Amino acid sequence: MSGGPRTSSLSSIEPKRAADGAGVGDLDTTRAAAPPRRSDVWGGVRRVLPPIAIGVTGLVAWELLVRLKQIPYYILPGPLLVIGTLVKDWSTLYPSLLVTLAITGAALLVATVAGVLIAILFTQSRWIELSLFPYAVILQVTPVVAIAPLIIIWVKNIPLALLICAWIVAFFPIVSNTTLGLNSADHNLLNLFQLYGASRRQVFWHLKLPSAMPYFLGGLRISGGLALIGAVVAEFVAGTGGVQSGLAYRVLEAGYTMQIPRMFAALLMITGTGILIFLALTLLSHLVLRSWHESAVKREG
Amino acid sequence: MIARLQQVDKVYANGVVALRGLDLDVGEGEFLSLLGPSGCGKSTVLRLVAGLGEVSGGRIEWSGGNGRPGDIGFVFQEPTLMPWATVRKNVLLPLTLRGVPLEEADARGREAIGMVGLDGFEHAYPRELSGGMKMRVSIARALVTHPRLLLMDEPFASLDEITRFKLDNDLLALWARQRWTVVFVTHSVYESVYLSTRIAVMTARPGRTASEVAIEAPAPRDETFRTSPLYNEYCRSVSARLAEAIRS
Repeated sequence: MSGGPRTSSLSSIEPKRAADGAGVGDLDTTRAAAPPRRSDVWGGVRRVLPPIAIGVTGLVAWELLVRLKQIPYYILPGPLLVIGTLVKDWSTLYPSLLVTLAITGAALLVATVAGVLIAILFTQSRWIELSLFPYAVILQVTPVVAIAPLIIIWVKNIPLALLICAWIVAFFPIVSNTTLGLNSADHNLLNLFQLYGASRRQVFWHLKLPSAMPYFLGGLRISGGLALIGAVVAEFVAGTGGVQSGLAYRVLEAGYTMQIPRMFAALLMITGTGILIFLALTLLSHLVLRSWHESAVKREG
Repeated sequence: MIARLQQVDKVYANGVVALRGLDLDVGEGEFLSLLGPSGCGKSTVLRLVAGLGEVSGGRIEWSGGNGRPGDIGFVFQEPTLMPWATVRKNVLLPLTLRGVPLEEADARGREAIGMVGLDGFEHAYPRELSGGMKMRVSIARALVTHPRLLLMDEPFASLDEITRFKLDNDLLALWARQRWTVVFVTHSVYESVYLSTRIAVMTARPGRTASEVAIEAPAPRDETFRTSPLYNEYCRSVSARLAEAIRS
């Protein structure tokens, strides 16, 4: 029986799981694309329960600590106050969220397009890759905080300057992963394509691009988070106020005016956004790869 | 005659001499096995016959006379399928690359999939198939262009014995019906005797043909042949020749 020892806390659903599990055969013909079974759903719930328990415990402890020790809200606001502030200041914070999101999204888009194009360029010739790859690395290892002021001085248009900063942080994982992926095509398959007289274009579209897809999607998932970090860091450096200000500026502003609960609320929004981006890109990766790639396929037996 | 190799040398860029003075004729309609110890350059011969790579010395001629191999099917040791494509798309690949109209390609794809007994699995992905089934897809892909010459590089070496016997039989039955020419690389004496009309025994590296044996056994061979005295006699004599080739 599957997973017996771990299900003691959920014994009431155990019979159903066993019944579902019994239908899974070991035949060659078992298809992986079956709709999710009930046991999958429960397995998912069981997996998220422990982190949720830790989170709830932490929040309760935090709230109790703040209340019992009577810590002033301008030092450390309790979680309830933070949520309250988030609701109260939604009309200020939400437009800022949209600004940050717009820059993050645009940077990720440009990073994806440029990253894939650069990776394709790299794989056209060993010399191009050898000549240019070190500069991609240099761009990657230089801290964006250090070059953001320069970019903001050079590029007068602030949103554009922010976009460039976020792009610099986000594009490298896509370039390096996609390059690796394009070079990872099975050599025997390459021979086979050669045997059937495939053109360079056919090798690229029918073999290299699909081979690179899992690598590209892995890079994209890293870049999604980095684009947000890049955008927020650049906003900090730019420190611009007004209508066009993003979440990072709300954090700065709240800090200056000692509105610590609002600072936490803005921080919460940034973190939440990062998690949502990660989940969205993970879902995208799963949807693209689910029919064939090992990473997206459940192990059987 | 399909292909003729004369005094062929092959030296790889890293200095390894894979072949030295190899002579080999591939005749129309025969099932020729290249038998030799591992690393003797069997696969190199196959790649050269396929036109994948240049000879370092000597010459290869293909019938047809335009200096190129004609329609060739190639089956590698591994199934070498595209994991992102269904069985149907994998089998159709050679036709897709040649721009064969979809309707015609589809008909030939169905025919090839039927030939290897995979009807009903057109839309499965390679990871859903067993090792033997993947190899069948690989064979179907090689057959879909209706090649005159089928090159097989230890195709069943990584399969279990039961699956291998089954595929041996199915391959023989297909060959009996279609009569393309097969060049089959193997390091198994038993497999080569069972399948072939002729065996070329190769020396250790640098490889050349040490001797050739014609297997004159009746055409529809089946499991009874595996236990016949004739089969045993051939296995004994081929084993002796192989041992001699390795020593020389």
